[in-house]
Amino acid sequence: MASFEQRFALHVPSSTANLSMIRDFVGKIGMQAGLDDMEVARLEMAVDEACSNVMEHAYQSDATKEVSIRAVVDESVLRIVVIDTGKGFDPAAVEQKKLEDLISAKRTGGLGMRLIKSFMDEVHYAMVPGEKNELTMVKRLRKGGQSPLSTE
Amino acid sequence: MANPFSIHKSTEQGLSVLALEGYLDAHTAPEFEKAVQGEFQAGHIQMVVECSRLTYISSAGLGVFMSFIEEIREAGGDIKICALAPKVFQVFDILGFSALFDIVPDLPAAVERYREAPVKET
Repeated sequence: MASFEQRFALHVPSSTANLSMIRDFVGKIGMQAGLDDMEVARLEMAVDEACSNVMEHAYQSDATKEVSIRAVVDESVLRIVVIDTGKGFDPAAVEQKKLEDLISAKRTGGLGMRLIKSFMDEVHYAMVPGEKNELTMVKRLRKGGQSPLSTE
Repeated sequence: MANPFSIHKSTEQGLSVLALEGYLDAHTAPEFEKAVQGEFQAGHIQMVVECSRLTYISSAGLGVFMSFIEEIREAGGDIKICALAPKVFQVFDILGFSALFDIVPDLPAAVERYREAPVKET
């Protein structure tokens, strides 16, 4: 049977005021894909963290820039790609410090990426220098789209 | 559009209670930061953050707890967190906040926790 794929896209100005709109967008896609409430909450949070990082770091709070969120759903996965044209980063270099150390250093860096990795099944980052950066997050779905595979 | 985030301040047996409502993300976290800063500067160092109407938190919201907790504890106070919904609690838990912060079921439990341990022993 041919796989049936649905595509969605949202383009918003790079302002944190739009984060709730982004969460609603991916949340509704997650529900449609058959995720349960807790998984939808995790999906919304992962995408929020990815977009917050873009707004703060890649675009350095420049609201004239644009953040794009693309979603592709088929019967086995939900794939979300967050695209920006700002300053790229090396996810491998994101520190995985202990929470106590972050508190002592008065830094919160890396928490967002930690949440993304906890909540999604796969995370990939690609930089096309001078063109765009793409953070791809994948959530596996149980066949039939009724509920996700356990990620515990 | 309804205000996406609000903070209701009150006192309970001498404790400063900040009840959060709505969502706490990178957009609304500065408002929470200002409120905690205000309490701290006013010398209200025994705080309870009541979250029964908090629907969402991201790392930006968690960052507010992280940025103040050391100073507040050094001054002899604390931030106790209560009434977290399961969806919100999972975020605190995954990042290890439950080991570093007193997280209790409700406001009376937070009051009681202050009697037992004014500053969380870590």
